[in-house]
Amino acid sequence: MATGTEPPDTDPRPPGGGVRSPGRAAIAARHLRTDRWWLAPAVTAAGLLAFVAYSTWRAFANADYYAAPYVSPFYSPCLAENCRTMQGGPNADLFGSWWAISPAIIILIFPLGFRLTCYYYRKAYYRSFWASPPACAVAEPHRTYTGESRLPLILQNVHRYFFYAALLVAGVLTYDTVLSFRDEHHAWGHMGLGTVVFLVNIVLIWSYTLSCHSCRHIVGGRLRHFSRHPVRYRMWQFIGRMNAHHMLLAWASLVSVALADFYVYLLASGVLDDPRFF
Amino acid sequence: MSSYEARFQVWRGDAQGGGLADFAVEVHDGEVVLDIVHRIQATQAPDLAVRWNCKAGKCGSCSAEINGRPRLLCMTRMSVFDRTETITVTPLRAFPVVRDLVTDVGFNYTKAREIPAFVPPSGVAPGEYRMLQEDVDRSQEFRKCIECFLCQDTCHVVRDHEENKTAFAGPRFLMRVAELDMHPLDAAEEAGLDRRRTAQDEHGLGYCNITKCCTEVCPEGIRITDNALIPMKERVVDRTYDPLVWLGSKIRRRPS
Repeated sequence: MATGTEPPDTDPRPPGGGVRSPGRAAIAARHLRTDRWWLAPAVTAAGLLAFVAYSTWRAFANADYYAAPYVSPFYSPCLAENCRTMQGGPNADLFGSWWAISPAIIILIFPLGFRLTCYYYRKAYYRSFWASPPACAVAEPHRTYTGESRLPLILQNVHRYFFYAALLVAGVLTYDTVLSFRDEHHAWGHMGLGTVVFLVNIVLIWSYTLSCHSCRHIVGGRLRHFSRHPVRYRMWQFIGRMNAHHMLLAWASLVSVALADFYVYLLASGVLDDPRFF
Repeated sequence: MSSYEARFQVWRGDAQGGGLADFAVEVHDGEVVLDIVHRIQATQAPDLAVRWNCKAGKCGSCSAEINGRPRLLCMTRMSVFDRTETITVTPLRAFPVVRDLVTDVGFNYTKAREIPAFVPPSGVAPGEYRMLQEDVDRSQEFRKCIECFLCQDTCHVVRDHEENKTAFAGPRFLMRVAELDMHPLDAAEEAGLDRRRTAQDEHGLGYCNITKCCTEVCPEGIRITDNALIPMKERVVDRTYDPLVWLGSKIRRRPS
């Protein structure tokens, strides 16, 4: 009952693959969606690429990351000898002098790994970069698919370890936020616009970190009997409510950490003076 | 009550071939797509095959694809569409077509049979099961499933890769594994059945790349990915990839 009006076959896959498998409804089009299904993956790709470009520039710049009392979250903790001296700040010369490139690289691997293996970001980049699938009911272009069942993607299961590391990093960033209640001479009891930027950032960082699916599981999801663990059950419920907003928190914290870094950059490069409240 | 004439394209054919057939059909206020398909059947194409039953979004029979999106015909209001657009209705594209809008969803029944059933706890007779609400909340969400198989249809693992159908159970049945693994009285482990390991090794949990299409299309609003698939992946990590959890399980004082 072919009508002869189907569009020409431009699918690179061999005939009979996927939605064109023998026996399925004979429809030549890869999809019949009429909405703007491409918008979400396109915006996601643009947002992630913008962050990757910005963070790469800043991570390798190895400059303008400290303006007392603020230290850029990209460079905290600073673990090499070539770090700038930060009085009372997150310095620890663990890597010594042999580390010649930007010290940001040492620490960024952990939050980067946490986000790279995050269940939300996986969805985001599988859809927007690998088109696997680009959108629901839109055929993907790949000939074969094994997902996360074998190397390399089976390594996504290390997400939990990056979560543990992200907790430590969030702890250090909390310390940095406490330090931001000093003035440029390191005297306590002061506050500037940067303090507010750091406060917002750390709240979002913690919200994103704790709303993680792995955290939800570790706190209580792995239990079979919630009734035997009432405290963990309450915590699981609380994290579950946060988890429902994990995507929003992922983006908000991504933007906030970039903004916090950019604010420090503006101060350190002399473009801006930190407005002090008291 | 107002009415207008809508343009429809309905896929007609069988496993040997077919195509989209054009219809112009009257639409009244408050109608759903299934009403329109029935009107086409009643007035223009009496041999149009469509599977339906309750017309209330509870039987899961009238699954199809409307404008390329997997949906229930009976739960898709005509008011969501622009009156000038042509509405396309096709059968589910992940399964073999029988005729017109009817597909052979036997794949799902095969997968259902592959999931080991609930294992009754020893020493507790049927009728004596007692469970606290907070212990069964999670499983009860999954029991809302009406088995429309829209999640199975939209899942790209099998939709775009027919060859994966042997290895991958699909979101509906991985959710079934999760339901049983979270069941407070399921005694599978005591009986030597490790549901977490079988989820990964036999039902293809690793194929899922959590892109959430199953959740997007679920007419019951079950958070399949967040509440079933990801928790199952985390349980597999417990069992397979996390020595810290393994160590904790050796020294813990209370059962989970």
